[in-house]
Amino acid sequence: MEWINVILQGVLVGGLYAMFAAGLSLIFGVMRLVNIAHGDLIVLAAYVALVVAQTLGIGPLTALIVVVPVMAAIGYALQWFVLNRTLGDDLLPPLLVTFGLSVIIQNGLLTVFTADSVKLQAGAIEVATIRLAEGVYVGVLPLLQFAVAVAVIGGLQLIFYRTPIGRAFRATADDPAVAQLMGLDNRHVFALAMALSLAVVAIAGVFLAVRANFDPSLGPARLIFGFEAVIIGGLGSLWGTLAGGLILGVAQGVGAHLDPGWQILAGHIAFLIVLAVRPQGLFPKVRT
Amino acid sequence: MTVRVVFGTRANWIGTALGAIVFVSLAAAPWWGGRDDLQLLSEIYAYIALASLWNLLAGYAGLVSVGQQAYVGLGAYSLFALAIQFGISPLWSVPLAGLIAAIVALPVALLVFRLRGHYFAISTWIVAEVFRLLAAQVSSLGGGSGTSLPAAVVVAIAPTRQLRDFTMYWIALALAAAVIALIVLLLRSRYGLALKAMRDSELAAACSGVDVKRTKLLVYIVTALATAMLGALIFLQKRRISPDAAFSVNDWTAFVIFITVIGGIGRIEGPIVGTLIFFMLRQTLADLGTIYLMMLGLVAIVIMLAAPKGLWGLVVERFGWQLFPLERRVLFEERSVRPE
Repeated sequence: MEWINVILQGVLVGGLYAMFAAGLSLIFGVMRLVNIAHGDLIVLAAYVALVVAQTLGIGPLTALIVVVPVMAAIGYALQWFVLNRTLGDDLLPPLLVTFGLSVIIQNGLLTVFTADSVKLQAGAIEVATIRLAEGVYVGVLPLLQFAVAVAVIGGLQLIFYRTPIGRAFRATADDPAVAQLMGLDNRHVFALAMALSLAVVAIAGVFLAVRANFDPSLGPARLIFGFEAVIIGGLGSLWGTLAGGLILGVAQGVGAHLDPGWQILAGHIAFLIVLAVRPQGLFPKVRT
Repeated sequence: MTVRVVFGTRANWIGTALGAIVFVSLAAAPWWGGRDDLQLLSEIYAYIALASLWNLLAGYAGLVSVGQQAYVGLGAYSLFALAIQFGISPLWSVPLAGLIAAIVALPVALLVFRLRGHYFAISTWIVAEVFRLLAAQVSSLGGGSGTSLPAAVVVAIAPTRQLRDFTMYWIALALAAAVIALIVLLLRSRYGLALKAMRDSELAAACSGVDVKRTKLLVYIVTALATAMLGALIFLQKRRISPDAAFSVNDWTAFVIFITVIGGIGRIEGPIVGTLIFFMLRQTLADLGTIYLMMLGLVAIVIMLAAPKGLWGLVVERFGWQLFPLERRVLFEERSVRPE
């Protein structure tokens, strides 16, 4: 029973990691950009949610109505004014610029909110649990978080393969020059992709803020978790990313159960094993 | 007609001569500077060397790593372990720390080289995180909260405090000079030609017979060795170590990348210029704390977008200066048949 609990909790946390990863994987797929500031943007979203919830006096999940469009707008502007200028054959400009953004966001949050850790209160839902079997309980909030993660991945899959904007994403990813010849404005397509990525970041940020205490220094570790989930799952596959998140969550849960000091390390080791044995990831998909 | 390849121009040799004069006057710093000056200069040397190494790795070999803090920390922890647990003199521990890092770098390279580009970059960071978490598990070196170098170990360097300060200062200067000399010599060798070809186009270099993978591996391991020696020296001077300080991504990677990009990536002078600007900014603005770091990030972004070759790149474009004799020129001699 004990181990079932450990694995179940790992799976539920894994949903959150999959949300960290989905936004990362999305923009890499469309424009070959790895956003080093991704984790810091998640933490930024958590603080935006905090401010919104406190000023308007609403619950964190209701606050999503404001946080998601705000983050999406930030994403669009960021891509349009800054990141579009960095795209090209050289991988250094996007890497350095997002590294710089990461330092700016972290220290900006430190200046405004200090290093004290805070938490977003969600009320009674935080402690509600459901009994699955004798001795196996799951929290309603982690379950909701997992369901949202699955919905987000499914939604992205739908957008990518069933809508005109998804077709534009795929076309630009395949060949930016030809996509432009067909009348697409790549700058706008890239900005929309970043807006979508940050909309996912907003949802992930709110769940991060409700789940536990957070402070401005958490960003880089969230980036790493998201990245590990992408690589474990396999490049280019959204459902693979979900699986990668779950594997990472379970590995961390098992590690933490053996020794609290081993939680994060166990996740990294799972990543390194996949890298050594199957560098293309567990469920790779060659993009068409 | 004979054809001869020569390095550099007369201006290069003037630059080299100037460099020698600067080096001699810096070596004499214990006679003209105070204790604080020596410490600041040592820190500047460490950053010049770290940035030069990262420049070699990313600017020439195309290995954009954001995980060099792995080797700074590994070197520092090796020094502390060798000095505290095996009683080896700290001065001997510095090269030994480099050796350990070079040995560790080989399997790490085999692993992270499986990913390319951005994915390589972030996986080097994960390796550094693994090292940090492992270091936090070593309870004999203070676990997560770290430890200090015992007084007996420090005294073993030199009997008096003044002599210790001088010794450490000269080692820092020698190490930075050695790193720059090593990079200059490497770039003048046939590996240098291979590296420059790779910098311009990996595919074209491979087609011309350059063993791209082996050259990258060599650069990665040499860089790890030197970076670890620097890490060992930096923390020998600090005399206190903790996993968070030794494996800090901000101190040993973000700043180093900003320095290189501000100065000019892919040029030997870049990291030196960048370090001087970084320290000038720090000496004037460090009181601002977080605002200073935000400004540093902003300056790096603006330079990357507006002048991707960095400030020294602008100087080269405007004046054509080069301080180091690296450029190969072909001379046609005797019957002076010059190409049109």
